[in-house]
Amino acid sequence: MQYDLTVDNITKNFDLFTAVDQVSFDIPSGSFFSILGPSGCGKTTLMRMIAGFETPTSGDIRIKGDSVVALPPNRRNVKMVFQHLALFPMMNVQENIAYGLRCRGAGKDEITRKVGEVLERIGLPDSANKEISQLSGGQKQRIAIARCMVLDPDVLLLDEPLGALDLKLREHMKIELKSLQHEFDTTFVYITHDQSEALVMSDNVAVMKDGRFEQVGSPQDLYHNPQTPFVAGFVGDSNRWSGKVKDVSNGIITATTESGLTLQSKSATGDTVSTGEEINIFVRPEAVQLHLGDEAAQLASAGSGLNHMPVTVESMLFNGANSRILVNTQSGERIEVDLPQRGEHTTLRNGDRIGISWAQSQSLCFRG
Amino acid sequence: MNHAQKRLAFLLLFAPFFLWILLLIVLPHIGVFILSVKEKVGMGVYEYGLGNYIEFFNEPVYWNTLLRTAVMSIFVTIVTLIIGFPIAYYIAKIARQRAKAGLFLLCLIPLWVSDLVRSFGWIVLLRETGIVSSFLQYIGIVSGPVEFLYNDATVVVGLVYTVMLFMIVPLVTTLDGMDDSLIEAGFNLGGSRLTVLRRIIIPYAMPGIISGCIVVFMLTAGSYLTPILLGGKNSQWFTEQIYEQFITRFNWESGAAFGVLLLIFTSITVWIGLRLSGQTLSSTVAKT
Amino acid sequence: MSQHKKTLIAAATGLALLTSVNASADTTLRLLTWGSYAPDKVVQMFEEKYPDIKVEVTFSNNEEMISKLRATRGAGFDLAQPSHDRIHSAQLEYNIYKPMDLSKIDLSNVDTTLLDGVKANTTIDGKVFSVPHQWGTTGLMADKTIAPDFNSWGDICDPQYKGKTSMRLKRTILLAMAFDMGEDPFAAYSDLNKYQGILNKVTDKLIDCKDNIKAYWKGGDDLSAMMLSGEIVGSETWDSTAFKLYNQNKNIVFVPPKTGALAWIDTFTLPRKGKADDAAYKWINFVMSPEIIPLMSASTGAVAAVNGGIDLMPDDKREALKAAFTPADIKNLKFFANIPPGVEDMEGKALEKIKAASGS
Repeated sequence: MQYDLTVDNITKNFDLFTAVDQVSFDIPSGSFFSILGPSGCGKTTLMRMIAGFETPTSGDIRIKGDSVVALPPNRRNVKMVFQHLALFPMMNVQENIAYGLRCRGAGKDEITRKVGEVLERIGLPDSANKEISQLSGGQKQRIAIARCMVLDPDVLLLDEPLGALDLKLREHMKIELKSLQHEFDTTFVYITHDQSEALVMSDNVAVMKDGRFEQVGSPQDLYHNPQTPFVAGFVGDSNRWSGKVKDVSNGIITATTESGLTLQSKSATGDTVSTGEEINIFVRPEAVQLHLGDEAAQLASAGSGLNHMPVTVESMLFNGANSRILVNTQSGERIEVDLPQRGEHTTLRNGDRIGISWAQSQSLCFRG
Repeated sequence: MNHAQKRLAFLLLFAPFFLWILLLIVLPHIGVFILSVKEKVGMGVYEYGLGNYIEFFNEPVYWNTLLRTAVMSIFVTIVTLIIGFPIAYYIAKIARQRAKAGLFLLCLIPLWVSDLVRSFGWIVLLRETGIVSSFLQYIGIVSGPVEFLYNDATVVVGLVYTVMLFMIVPLVTTLDGMDDSLIEAGFNLGGSRLTVLRRIIIPYAMPGIISGCIVVFMLTAGSYLTPILLGGKNSQWFTEQIYEQFITRFNWESGAAFGVLLLIFTSITVWIGLRLSGQTLSSTVAKT
Repeated sequence: MSQHKKTLIAAATGLALLTSVNASADTTLRLLTWGSYAPDKVVQMFEEKYPDIKVEVTFSNNEEMISKLRATRGAGFDLAQPSHDRIHSAQLEYNIYKPMDLSKIDLSNVDTTLLDGVKANTTIDGKVFSVPHQWGTTGLMADKTIAPDFNSWGDICDPQYKGKTSMRLKRTILLAMAFDMGEDPFAAYSDLNKYQGILNKVTDKLIDCKDNIKAYWKGGDDLSAMMLSGEIVGSETWDSTAFKLYNQNKNIVFVPPKTGALAWIDTFTLPRKGKADDAAYKWINFVMSPEIIPLMSASTGAVAAVNGGIDLMPDDKREALKAAFTPADIKNLKFFANIPPGVEDMEGKALEKIKAASGS
């Protein structure tokens, strides 16, 4: 398999602080790869090493198989879209895009032709003579990408470029970035702290924490099969408990939480746990089902393979398709539950007594 | 507050500025201009006319001195820019926050002592039997005493030293406002150091460069003590000419005309500079 | 609002009190004079003797004195000290002085030759405007071990001292060179065409001389530094500067030029709008008294215009003076003549030409 970018056991120390700690990964040609992590996790340092603005303490970086660690930034065929885009304010659109071509020594005709082509491809064919200040946020975004893409880079790095946009535009640009990546068929490496950006656009996502990769995988994989408690907590929303194992049988782990709730779950990693161990249990809000009226009572007597319990409605969080409901268990724990907007729950009011349940397989546990 | 009160409040706020402009800037200039178009026809008898200006253009000594002052001032401005830019870049982009204040302070030091003391400092250093000359003899680079004083180069050095701060402050202000990622983007897109400097950093800093140059040029062309004390037998500065007219020759009328000419001439030079660099006053001096 | 009113009233009262206190306390004598002509010690003694008078000193020179008084039409100062030759035309043209009441000055001990000279120079419409204070000369100074024969103005331009001489580029050197070339510029003041002719010759001479000069000195300090360091061996100088250097290096002597040293007399003159004439007269009598003269001369290096003025010099200066001047030299002194209107302009242009000419 052809890899556009290979990072091999790379480490970066600043004085006594290790920003990136022995990270390795390969990115196949033409894929969209995201590095997701909270601020301070080392993702920006990692990207700056790939671009050449920082020198790794140890390890190797290869682009299309060739090591670039010794090359200065301007000799690497890795282009970068900066967080605040870094469009040159004293140049117009045409000059911004032509800058890289001119550095390469391209002729006048070639520059005009290539700038025209790339503007066509990003859907802004008439903006060559516009000043940067005349562009909208989304247009600036596209110009910043065009400025890099006109140079046919092996890898395009994007450093949280959507951070400064308002929500609506951000949602729109997620889709647009993905389609631009298809359009140019170039490897994109995208850095973000926003899990939804990473999940929506990427072919593969690496979750990073404290300078290390926690897990690398497809968005679905990360979401459904998190391998560490951090990933389970960081990717998507979860209800989370810590508890002590009381019993293990047939892969079903029964544990009691601190407040006395008894829950059944499966090991996320496949590791075996034994009685008395501390574990963390994660349940996604959409895995929990609501039971109204008689249904709740029936459930209480059935009890096979389901975690179920009576609860009181605390409050409703209406947000269209993403509406949630907060409920309290009898022992006083709060649980977040997705509230499907299909009409059957319109009668729910604060203080109503209902039942909830979820399957053992939807309840993942990790060693504490 | 009703409308009348608002107006009153505005007038009260505006009054100090207005008075300052009127009393200290507008009126004196009008006074100087009126004085400059008077001609002395006899003892205590004056007539209006352009004689003082005609005299200026008829006497090569005068306009030569003005030209010389302008050329030297432009040269001082360029040297100050060339030396000041790297310093400003270092302060704005490379030095740590705490070091910045210290470096600024260093640039400020020349302004803590008066023109006169500063010039004497240079004299002590540069005279034939001075510190630099003695040191060079001591380490054996030269065999006899060397006179560094009393020439145009010394005047340039003294002036550059004096006006450096006025170049560095606007430069640091503009460069400080420049996002580091612009420079990184310049490299990332394939630019060499020279390209990034020429196509990104300098164009970005242009407003600061121009406003620094304007201030430095004006200060230099209008300086008095430094060129006179450090200059040699042939060095002439136009301000000296104005002083001579006013004080030694009691010829206030022609001194005033020279003053007006200096103002017009420096203004034209600044205007040409702005046109050549494609900047405007509002985009440079008003901005920083 | 009432609070504001109170503050205002308080401030106004305070201001009124301050001004009244100030006005009743004493008179201020505002002196416009040369640097070193009002030594701190003398001012202190004067204020002790007249506790109701406070002395404020502004240091200046001939040209600035006239310019300052011209700007205010004679106001702002109570006593000025211009040189004897710069009063007549300034008074005629700008009307900045007022006549003196000689009865208020103790003239008993004043050197009559100098007094008559100053009176002759500064009498307009029968009124006397000035009395003499101190006199001194401008001449040459040389390091006698290196330049023993340095004794005429023209020697400044002698190629054997190339790059080792200096002068002040002011009107004095124009007059000095004119004398050196055998002219009498003061006599030519009455015929300005003739004077222009002399000036042209002097200008050419001084332009040729430029190569020979190290630098034009601007004040006593830079002249002293050049002379003491040996950077120059001979120069035009004020006698007081030469006397000071003689103290530090006995080889540096004042040399009266062959054609005669140029002599000036600094005067006491009252600005037209002076407000403290009585205090001014008191100051004049005070500094001309025999107890004060040695203090004053020690500070200025100039000779008081009283009988036996030279003997009242401090020891070191008297010694230097006597070493420099023979009685014949004293006789040969050339006192500056009144400058008629227009001459300053002609001289100014000559000086500009010299400055602008390119030497090396």
